[in-house]
Amino acid sequence: MLLHTVNKSPFEKGSLDTCLRLAKQGSTILLIEDAVYAAMQGTVIESKISEAMKRYSVYALQSDLKARGLDEDRLLNGIKVVDYGGFVDLVAEHDTVQSWF
Amino acid sequence: MADETMEEGGNPTGVVKKFMYVNRRAPYGTVYPLEGLEVVLIGAAFEQDVSMAFVDDGVYQLKKGQDTAETGMKNFSPAYRALEMYDVEKLYAEKESLEARGLTQDDLLVSVEVLSTAELTELMEQQDVILNY
Amino acid sequence: MKFGIVVNEGPYTHQAADTAYQFTKAALEKGHEIVRVFFYHDGVNNGTRLTTPPQDERNIVKRWSELAQQHKLDLVVCVAAAQRRGIVDRDEAKRHGKDADNIAAGFRISGLGQLIEAGVLADRLVAFGD
Repeated sequence: MLLHTVNKSPFEKGSLDTCLRLAKQGSTILLIEDAVYAAMQGTVIESKISEAMKRYSVYALQSDLKARGLDEDRLLNGIKVVDYGGFVDLVAEHDTVQSWF
Repeated sequence: MADETMEEGGNPTGVVKKFMYVNRRAPYGTVYPLEGLEVVLIGAAFEQDVSMAFVDDGVYQLKKGQDTAETGMKNFSPAYRALEMYDVEKLYAEKESLEARGLTQDDLLVSVEVLSTAELTELMEQQDVILNY
Repeated sequence: MKFGIVVNEGPYTHQAADTAYQFTKAALEKGHEIVRVFFYHDGVNNGTRLTTPPQDERNIVKRWSELAQQHKLDLVVCVAAAQRRGIVDRDEAKRHGKDADNIAAGFRISGLGQLIEAGVLADRLVAFGD
C-alpha cells in the first residue's frame, strides 16, 4: 500500500483533494506542514475529511500542529498524531511514498 | 537539455523498478514540468520500468500548439513527442483531469492512454518509486 | 531499511528543506541507512556555503553539512539544476570559467542519474517539495 503525504493547506490548494480522489481505499494519509490545518474541527471541510476518514487512516505531524498553534484536543476524532520518528515508521511500513505537493 | 556529462547510465545492478513520474503542474508557470522531464529523459538510460501520469494541471503540459517565443522561454513541449525514442512509452492522462479542463485527446500533442481515476489509483499502487513534478 | 531522500526546495522559503532534514535525522536515529540525499530544483540552494543567516536562526546549510559529517551522508546536488542557479564546485567553476565556487562542505555535484540510482538502491524514496 502507498503512504500518501500532503503538505498543502486545503484552503489554498487542491493537493489534498487530488490525494483523496486517487488514494486507494485503506491507504494511509499523513498531513504535514500546511496540510495539518485539514485535521481541525469546525472547518468548512470538516465533513469531507470525516468522510475520508471512513476510507483512510489519517495522521498529522505533531511538530507541524504545534508550530501552528493547533491543539490536539481540537483535532477531528480519529486523527492520529505522530512525531518525526512516527513519520519514519509510516514510511517504513508502506511500500511506496506518494508526496502530494 | 542541460549539461549532463557526469552521467553513465546503464543498469549495473540489474534491478528493475517501477518508476512513475506524476505530473500535476502546468508548464512555464514553474520550472517543475521542465526539470521533471529532464529526470525522465536522463532516467531512461537506467533501464527502469518508467511511466508518466498527467494529472490536474499536468495535462496542460501536453496541450498542442505551445508557442513560447514571446515569453523568451524555451518551448520544451516537442520533447514529449521524443519520449518514445527514449523507450518511455507509458504515458497516462487522468480522464477527470482532462474533462475538468475541457480537453480531449485531440488537444494533446502526443498520444496518451486516458485512464479513469480508479485505473490510475490501481496503477499507482503497483509502483516502487513515485516522483511528482 | 535504506532510505533515499529528495529535497526539491531551497532553504528558508519552503518548509520542505526543514522537514527533509528532520525526517533524515529521525530516520538515522532509528537506525535506518540514508543511501543518498538528492537536491533538485531550488533544493540545490541548500548546498551553498555562502549562506549566512542571522546568528539566532538555524543554519540550514551548515546543519546538512554537520549531519553529513556525523553520518557519512552522500549529499548530491543535481548538476543541471545547480548550473541554472549558480551552485558550483571547484571543477564546475573551472570548466565554466567562473571566478569562484560555492559548494558547501559535505555536498557534491553530480548528475540526475544519481537520483534514479537512489530510487533503485533505496527501499523507500521520500521526496520533500512544494
